[in-house]
Amino acid sequence: MAITCTATRGKSSGTAGTRPDGTRQSRTDYRQLRFRLSHLKQLAVKPPTLEWQTATVDRVWVETSRVKSFRLAVPGFGRFKPGQHVDVRLTAPDGYQAQRSYSIASAPDGAGTIDITVELIEDGEVSPYFHEVVREGDRIELRGPIGGPFTWTAERGGPLLLAGGGSGVVPLMSMLRHRTTSAGEPVRAALLYSSRALDDVIYMDELDAISASDPRFDLTLTLTRNRPPGWTGKTRRVDARMLRDVMERLGRPALSYVCGPTAFVETVAGMLVDEGLPPDTIMTERFGPSGT
Amino acid sequence: MVSRGFFGRKRPQLSRPIPPGQYLEDGFPVLSAGPTPRVDLAKWDLVIEAGNETLGRWNWEELQALPATEMHVDIHCVTKWSKQDTDWRGVTIDTLLESAGVTDPPGDYLMASCDGGYTTNMPAEDVLDGKALIAYEYDGDPIEPAHGGPVRLFVPHLYFWKSAKWIRSLRFMDDDAPGFWEAYGYHMYGDPWKEQRYSGD
Ligand SMILES: Cc1cc2nc3c(=O)[nH]c(=O)nc-3n(C[C@H](O)[C@H](O)[C@H](O)COP(=O)(O)OP(=O)(O)OC[C@H]3O[C@@H](n4cnc5c(N)ncnc54)[C@H](O)[C@@H]3O)c2cc1C
Repeated sequence: MAITCTATRGKSSGTAGTRPDGTRQSRTDYRQLRFRLSHLKQLAVKPPTLEWQTATVDRVWVETSRVKSFRLAVPGFGRFKPGQHVDVRLTAPDGYQAQRSYSIASAPDGAGTIDITVELIEDGEVSPYFHEVVREGDRIELRGPIGGPFTWTAERGGPLLLAGGGSGVVPLMSMLRHRTTSAGEPVRAALLYSSRALDDVIYMDELDAISASDPRFDLTLTLTRNRPPGWTGKTRRVDARMLRDVMERLGRPALSYVCGPTAFVETVAGMLVDEGLPPDTIMTERFGPSGT
Repeated sequence: MVSRGFFGRKRPQLSRPIPPGQYLEDGFPVLSAGPTPRVDLAKWDLVIEAGNETLGRWNWEELQALPATEMHVDIHCVTKWSKQDTDWRGVTIDTLLESAGVTDPPGDYLMASCDGGYTTNMPAEDVLDGKALIAYEYDGDPIEPAHGGPVRLFVPHLYFWKSAKWIRSLRFMDDDAPGFWEAYGYHMYGDPWKEQRYSGD
């Protein structure tokens, strides 16, 4: 992952002095080399400017009693990677503005639209606006795509372990949708998804459908608060035993993505490290507040 | 563009303004790209480097033995939250350089590198003259691991991703170079008052 190469690049380029053949490299050589390296690096990574764009709300639908999805038409929106998010900006008549981040739920399909999925936070500022005010035809300012390490594309391969808590499933859904629509045999993937209650499970029908039709996908739901009568699935917070069960079926994950409230991410990512997965194969995204 | 039907929450009376696009948060959210690293204090050290030269190295006890400085300031995360009146304690970079016998900053830019591989860059002057700490206490307690403990860089006048968690080295450089988030398009400088979130802002 990029973190390790950025972190070590400075050190390895800093070994000016003795060459393997024993000759001394002059200080000037070293400085020139470093200049060229940093110049090249800037050329290679110079990211584009992120402009605010106006999106039009194409469609609004209900996912659960506390979650709605929005299809936004954004002409000329850049190609994005599953896992990335947009920043949304709302402006009041007096000029006051509020910004929040929302993950892209849809796969990059070149359709000119993106879907976002917003959970209602009762005393919130932006999510209640999406729930109570936004309707088809409205215009929303946003910019993106944003985010780097927390992305997965089919070329990165698998097996893929996805762990989501609550609305943390949103960017993972983009990855799953992309996985299903990419060419070739999809990589092995598992989703471990923790919700309060069955009614709070977002994308339930779609997850069921993938699970039923795709033997290379493994779905584990766990309900932490209310379980319906007859529920035979898991009923506790994600723990090491649950992760081991999932990994036994999946095989050792090459990449893991963990997203949700901070407490969920801290616990699950920590347990994956305990299970012996290299930390640089575990990508995390923390939504919302401290979550504890 | 005014958003139809958006009026915003009743804005609290702030003793001090917060930067544009930010909202006030009472909690303390976390932003990290990976698992929280486990840091063994017995093996921990902090180095200051210039190019390939080590200018100073301090283990945990040595860092604690240096004169401490306290900062009472507001912090601003690029994910939009700001938190007012936070208290931090640690050692200024000036004190570290002095203890290493370095009088002039040996480069115009800095790369901070951390356990877990995280890096971030900034101009050297932004950490000098008491503007930054190598911090080990938040609100009177040791900094929690999720918030960058045992030791994080603390540069509160820049977006908080510049205050690198789990810091292990500060390397002075002649030229600026992107760190971890910067290479993904986050701003090279990151002034919250100018809303420099992403490249080009
Ligand atoms: C990179 C990123 C991606 C995100 N993607 C999504 C997404 O796909 N879908 C989504 O619904 N949200 C997502 N979020 C969270 C989102 O940006 C907002 O924080 C959330 O919608 C709350 O905003 P608000 O204005 O309604 O509440 P605020 O006015 O910001 O907060 C009101 C109160 O609720 C608390 N609060 C804020 N968020 C939560 C939460 N998640 N759970 C419990 N309490 C909370 C706050 O601490 C505060 O006390 C993402 C956040 C980040 C950083």
